Amino acid sequence: MLNQSTVGVGQKPRAWDRLSISTKQIVWAWTFLAVPILFFSVVRFYPTAEAFYLSLTDWDFLRPASFIGLENYRTLLADPLFWQVFRNTFTYLLIGTPISIVLSFVIAYYLDRIEFGHAFIRALYFLPFLTTAAAMAWVWRWFYQPPPIGIINSLLGMFGLPAQPFLRSVDQGLPAIMATAIWAGLGFQIIIFLAGLRAIPATYHEAARVDGLGEFAILRKITLPLLKPTTIFLVVFSSIGFLRIFDQVYNMTSNDPGGPLNTTKPLVLMIYQTAFSSYQMGYASAQTVVLFLILFAISMGQLWILRSR
Amino acid sequence: MLHASTRGLFSSVKMLSAGALALGLLAAHPASAVEIEYWQYVFESRVKAMDELIKEFQAENPGITVKQVTFPYADYQTRVVAAKAAGKGPDVVQLFYGWLDNFVAGGLVQPLSKEKFPAATIEKDFFPIVSAMKRGNDYYGLPTAVRSMALFYNKNLFKAAGLDPNKPPQTLDELLKAAQATTKRDSAGNFQTAGIAFDIARQDHNWWREILVRQFGGAPYSADGTKVAYDSEAGRKALEFYTGLQTKEKVGREGFMDEGQAAFRGGLAAMVIDGTFRLASFNTISGFEWGVAELPAAADGTRSNYASYFANAIGGTAKGEKLEAAQKFLAFITSEKAMNVWLEKVGELPARKTVALSEKNLANPIYGPFIRGLNYAHTTLFVDEAAQRQISIDMVNSVLLQGTSASAALSAAAVKEQQLIDKRKAN
Amino acid sequence: MTTAPASIVTAATKYRFRPGLIVAWTLLFIGGIIMVTPLIFMFSTSLKSAGQIYDLRLIPASPTLDNYIRVLSDGRFVRWFLNSSLIAVVVTVSCLFFDSLVAYTLAKFNFAGRKVIFLAILSTLMIPTEMLVIPWYLMSSKLGWLDSYWGIMFPGMMTAFGVFLMRQFFETVPNDFLEAARVDGLNEFQIWWKIAMPLVTPALSALAIFTFLGNWTAFFWPLIVTTDKDLYTLPVGLSSFAVEQSIQWEMIMTGAAIATIPTLLIFLFFQRYIVRGVMLGGVKG
Repeated sequence: MLNQSTVGVGQKPRAWDRLSISTKQIVWAWTFLAVPILFFSVVRFYPTAEAFYLSLTDWDFLRPASFIGLENYRTLLADPLFWQVFRNTFTYLLIGTPISIVLSFVIAYYLDRIEFGHAFIRALYFLPFLTTAAAMAWVWRWFYQPPPIGIINSLLGMFGLPAQPFLRSVDQGLPAIMATAIWAGLGFQIIIFLAGLRAIPATYHEAARVDGLGEFAILRKITLPLLKPTTIFLVVFSSIGFLRIFDQVYNMTSNDPGGPLNTTKPLVLMIYQTAFSSYQMGYASAQTVVLFLILFAISMGQLWILRSR
Repeated sequence: MLHASTRGLFSSVKMLSAGALALGLLAAHPASAVEIEYWQYVFESRVKAMDELIKEFQAENPGITVKQVTFPYADYQTRVVAAKAAGKGPDVVQLFYGWLDNFVAGGLVQPLSKEKFPAATIEKDFFPIVSAMKRGNDYYGLPTAVRSMALFYNKNLFKAAGLDPNKPPQTLDELLKAAQATTKRDSAGNFQTAGIAFDIARQDHNWWREILVRQFGGAPYSADGTKVAYDSEAGRKALEFYTGLQTKEKVGREGFMDEGQAAFRGGLAAMVIDGTFRLASFNTISGFEWGVAELPAAADGTRSNYASYFANAIGGTAKGEKLEAAQKFLAFITSEKAMNVWLEKVGELPARKTVALSEKNLANPIYGPFIRGLNYAHTTLFVDEAAQRQISIDMVNSVLLQGTSASAALSAAAVKEQQLIDKRKAN
Repeated sequence: MTTAPASIVTAATKYRFRPGLIVAWTLLFIGGIIMVTPLIFMFSTSLKSAGQIYDLRLIPASPTLDNYIRVLSDGRFVRWFLNSSLIAVVVTVSCLFFDSLVAYTLAKFNFAGRKVIFLAILSTLMIPTEMLVIPWYLMSSKLGWLDSYWGIMFPGMMTAFGVFLMRQFFETVPNDFLEAARVDGLNEFQIWWKIAMPLVTPALSALAIFTFLGNWTAFFWPLIVTTDKDLYTLPVGLSSFAVEQSIQWEMIMTGAAIATIPTLLIFLFFQRYIVRGVMLGGVKG
């Protein structure tokens, strides 16, 4: 039945039967791939090309777009806000990634050695990964409030420490938001590290011990090198996550998005505001191209490291 | 033969039914049936009030039917633009006064007929802020209702601080004194109750721009709105006064309880400056009694207020009998009768002086202060409300958070805003 | 698949017991408690009345479900909850079907262009969603997809990640199995559906977890494509609700709890599968 309905448009079963097995396979393959190829062309490739094209226009929703060459890129490079946002984005990435990688490795390293309550403790670390960032951003926003309502400040007060402004500070705002992103992603990274650690055969460790290596030497000479692929994967995964940070910032600073004084604004929030608050679609497209280039560089870097291994 | 006769039969049936249809239409709409579309954004009380007005209008004008079309606020401008591109825009459309330049540039609205809506009559009957709808000699729209600002105060906290809950502050000095009396801090210096709730992103930027700057002797912009004028002695004093309330007098702090109105709502701030649109939310407060006062005057008695409104304009594509019907409808929804309906159903202030300044309205303890404010209110000729607001937010934050001097912050903001205005005017 | 036998190796066979582990255990336990503190506070506050929310007690003095009743009774949250569920389920089913169909074809069929198509699909992993939203928005407004379920769902109906993940697993399916089925007279679709798919269920469950979670928590695209409150997903609805509620924290915490409860419940019931699925997806993907 399926033969006829998916392949045999006007073909008699006999004609189909005459085809060789490999020809049949080819027909089947393209039948299976038809809808997905259409999907990837229309929903991935065409929009990508269109984004590049739009970045060369001044399209603003009101008036028809006209081609303006590299003007948007020139504006972007001359825009101090862009450079601030660029710095912010890389601060999220370059501080957030190492912290979360080191933390999750240390936790996974010790968690791996624990039998008693292993699953329970692992679950405690993993649960935040299952939460909705937009929802938890509000919980954290409440935690960061000034006295008398902020929980962290109440705790500080209990220990006689001065209240901190957190989200209302040009210095503490970004780290405060970054902490929530680290918190949410930690569980995933721990699980992946655990999988990597468990994949290292126990015999390696035993052999090393027989050779008289200490725990630290084993860690440095055996565990870490063997975990390299896992670590690279997590570094790339986490970097991309921080590069695209949006939900937390949008929800935690909704009074003054990306504020105060743009000190917490990441690239994606700038794109969102340019496109969907100011309707400068062409300019926003140029910003998305920059985001693409950064991501492309990171992906290429990953491939390069993996190849040179 | 058979063919020919059946075809003939069919065509006569067709003609007959067409005639019947026409007759039926004529019977339903004795004059000429014109349908026009009215567009506004979704807000329950506004939509209901408009439904009521449309019903009355149709009863008075049997030849016209009005269809109300609504869109979510966030999507509203985009929808109007998209409809224009598709050649099927609204006949009467509601727009925020600050969007007018964009709407005119996109051909989304057309100027009002000078015969049907003479400028002299408009300027005589409406509050002066209506001039924000004027470009050159043309008016592009008229408001039904307007919003203004006032001082909300918590009567319970006033009483607790030994102040008379029926004598809210009248001047900036009294405002400061009342704030000092109601502010409470714990031993570590953290606020327990703020005298004033500050929120630059909500209404404080308007308070600073259109009110404080004027009260300290300046003006925020040149008369035609093309030049930023607040980078002056008056602007600096106004900014120092505003930020000084937080840094020097410490009667409140931006970000206390997250949002200014939340602090007031929660009973943790004695005063807040906000607009008519906040009434609906504050009306649900049950924990304490609150009152409304006119915005405090300067020492020399100078008063000012900021008013804004949604105006009704005629769509760029309306012409012929639709245009005529649209003009009738526009006149109706900006009539005295419509304004009274709007005040009652939506709680927004009438845009015509005679309606707003009735004895009953002036004596109303809630509406009174807002309406009195309209007499001396200004509107800002925004080219991009969100961007200009952001510039003010950043100016205040750089003083509060980075310790920038008021004059430096002011100059930086003025330069940025001037660039923005120039860029938008050049388009 | 390779990780499964390795994970049978227990900690005891790999490491010697040392007293330092007790210290490690204690520290890990404290750290774990800190990790769930925000969740605990969220739930505990959602059970407090407005007057009690600023006392820091973990267990409410007089717990009440009033907030839940208030939040749920206005109907919008129920609607957003159903929207999110519908969208996450439909997109997940679509991904499971199409991603594995494509992956199977690329892994087990011989035809010219196979490599090119795989690389082309794989290359879309490098395109950030943020780059596509403006063209998607334009496309949606032209085709009338703004403010529709389809508009929210269409970008995620197939994913390169899923194709990549599933392909690795289909490659481990022995060809003999498929050959035997062919001899039995099954057609290619039936072979995929009845023979190959059951052999990769662990991978399917991993893909299902990632896709469902990703769509349940998705914020950026739904925020852009919907303006009609009736079509909001739970995260977008919660965000607008929080602003609208004039920052009433007990209400916001209740809303956040409602958005979080489903994924936590699913985790509690399927903990074993989810952890294994995440390991599989993370290691192979």
